[in-house]
Amino acid sequence: MEQQLEYLVDKVVAELQKKLSERARNGSAKALGAFDGSESPVHVVEEERGANVPNPKWQEGMQELLDSTPARIGVWRTGVRPLTRTMLQLRRDHAAAVDAVYGEVQQSLLDEFSLFTVETQYDNTENYLKRPDMGRILNEEGVRLLLERCQKKPQVQIVVSDGLSASAVDANLRDVLPALLDSLTSYGLSCGTPFFVRGGRVASMDHIGELLQPEVLVLLIGERPGLVTAHSMSAYMCYRPRKGMVESERTVISNIHRQGTSPIEAGAHIGTILSKMLEQKASGVKLVL
Amino acid sequence: MITKTTVLGQTYQFRDLKEIFAKANEDKSGDQLAGIAAEDSRERVAAKQVLADLTLADIRNHPLLPPEEDEVSRVIEAGINEKIYNEIKNWSVSELREYLLSHQAGESEIRRISRGLSSEMIAATTKLMSNLDLITAAAKIRNITHCNTAIGQQGVLASRVQPNHPSDSIQGIKAALYEGLSYGIGDAVIGVNPVIDTSDSVKDILLMTKEVINKWEIPTQNCVLAHVSTQMRAIRQGAPADLIFQSLAGSEAGNQAFGIDVALLDEADELMRKEGTSTGPNIWYFETGQGSELSSEAHFGIDQLTMEARCYGLARKYQPFIVNTVVGFIGPEYLYDSRQVIRAGLEDHFMGKLHGLPMGCDVCYTNHMKVDQNDMDNLGILLSAAGVNFVIGVAMADDVMLNYQSTSFHDIAAFREVLGLRPAPAFEKWLEKMGIMEHGKLTAIAGDPTIFM
Repeated sequence: MEQQLEYLVDKVVAELQKKLSERARNGSAKALGAFDGSESPVHVVEEERGANVPNPKWQEGMQELLDSTPARIGVWRTGVRPLTRTMLQLRRDHAAAVDAVYGEVQQSLLDEFSLFTVETQYDNTENYLKRPDMGRILNEEGVRLLLERCQKKPQVQIVVSDGLSASAVDANLRDVLPALLDSLTSYGLSCGTPFFVRGGRVASMDHIGELLQPEVLVLLIGERPGLVTAHSMSAYMCYRPRKGMVESERTVISNIHRQGTSPIEAGAHIGTILSKMLEQKASGVKLVL
Repeated sequence: MITKTTVLGQTYQFRDLKEIFAKANEDKSGDQLAGIAAEDSRERVAAKQVLADLTLADIRNHPLLPPEEDEVSRVIEAGINEKIYNEIKNWSVSELREYLLSHQAGESEIRRISRGLSSEMIAATTKLMSNLDLITAAAKIRNITHCNTAIGQQGVLASRVQPNHPSDSIQGIKAALYEGLSYGIGDAVIGVNPVIDTSDSVKDILLMTKEVINKWEIPTQNCVLAHVSTQMRAIRQGAPADLIFQSLAGSEAGNQAFGIDVALLDEADELMRKEGTSTGPNIWYFETGQGSELSSEAHFGIDQLTMEARCYGLARKYQPFIVNTVVGFIGPEYLYDSRQVIRAGLEDHFMGKLHGLPMGCDVCYTNHMKVDQNDMDNLGILLSAAGVNFVIGVAMADDVMLNYQSTSFHDIAAFREVLGLRPAPAFEKWLEKMGIMEHGKLTAIAGDPTIFM
């Protein structure tokens, strides 16, 4: 049984990777086109990571150190302060992280997957950050929309939310969601009406669970951005979500981004976990994976 | 106990001590989230005014969290010296503030008074202090401790080197450690946060750090900041630990959420006395931070500053080698912006010092707070001026494991240079021997991690 599952996951992943690499090729050609005919010179800052120490005692050793950690080492200094480019790189990465928190998910992406939008009671980003409790409950309009547009009591409910990183959704949804849908199909599972929650917290799945009563729910949500990546996504999954769930009842795959858990693999893996939840009628610490 | 006052023509009547304490705080998002903050500036001043006139006896006689219900309260009560308390119990909170800031209160006078104070009394006076008051008073208090080496002396700014790695790679930890040492960082401790909380992983990191310390004869101490019970297992399996670490909360329920209680801390203390590798007598490393009790719903309606003070009351029992608040780690729902983080950093440092603790600070922030590296520059300089025992050194301030930013190796070198501060004496001698430092200044080879390869 388990071997069969693994085989299915691998097959789905392989197929998707093929599809996506084709799409990426087309996409990158377009992006290059945008630079054509540009009048002012564009200064493209590449990710750079090399030692700046002018005369290290052991040159080869320096490379060995750099290869062993993503930490910002071998950066050198002017007096007791960092070099300008090291300092600017840090600022650049911080800017990406802040943009992820204050940014918005592209509407075109939501349209692409026919995701309609509901909001929590978060009101605005400042309030969202200060009042996690308000990000756990949909506003009245959101409740109305869900009840009007969503299939009730679906087997699987998929929910997408910006959480603390809108750019995590932008960066990963195109890979995660198709992989997840394919995976559900291969397990013969049926899916309700997916939608997007603006200003959502993890526990918003409890409120949504009360309203739609799915058997299992998966919430794809942007994580708190770090400097290494601002685009990390988590998938929180739950069997029969409802009010008063405790954290240990949720199953999570975190660190979904290109340098972490690959988004395509994550999508396929989520499908596998959801099918196990349905089989075992449990999630979180009670689920045997 | 008078709980009523008039401010700018408006009369305020407060319900109890808990409400006065909460509303007398400077603005914090965590107190707002808990629903206990002052409504506006005027009510805040009214609460401060009422608090200023309360006596220390009023505070002791109206416990915010009764000792019968909470073991942290019992530890704090048991720590009070009754003779000294009796000498000052009729002081108002205002008088305590003025005494601490007066020229007649030197270091030894403050140290003596401190033994008669409860954590709640210390919290109360903190609420009446401006940022510069907190710096001025804290700067008078030097709390020197000794593990393998001594830190905390006048004119010394020590540092923890924090060479974390996202998958606990021993080579990767070593690389960041070498980088830190080459900037003169690591005199307080070589302290690693592990990703994997198992005794094997803890043991591996303790062995590696100990090996580096021995090989280069570095006058410092090692520590792996796993859960205390994991460290205890590693130590029982023979892992060499100079210090033992634990995060503390200010209530019994908060500590339960951390998976600890006083009995477990006592057991760890005893184990370290028998099986720790350091000279001592100070063998503990504690971390704290405003807001942790609220986040685990273990705050009992008490404000986050007071709960933080209670952590120090608990820490005091174990005479730790180092304590630091991880001031900006918890997130914007507790400390929203740089103004609140800077305030909390100065409060925590002062409260720790007045408890007699060797107080450091992880000057830090997460990316969803309204804070940036410039704010860390500010708080770092303010705390260095206030005589903070140590700060945290992370390569370019970016912790690739915990995903937050602290202060960098460069920053600590700059704090020292700008304010004329030095590494711990034994460590500075070692830096000179290694050719990294001369007359308190970094040399031409400082910043080259390959000198340790």
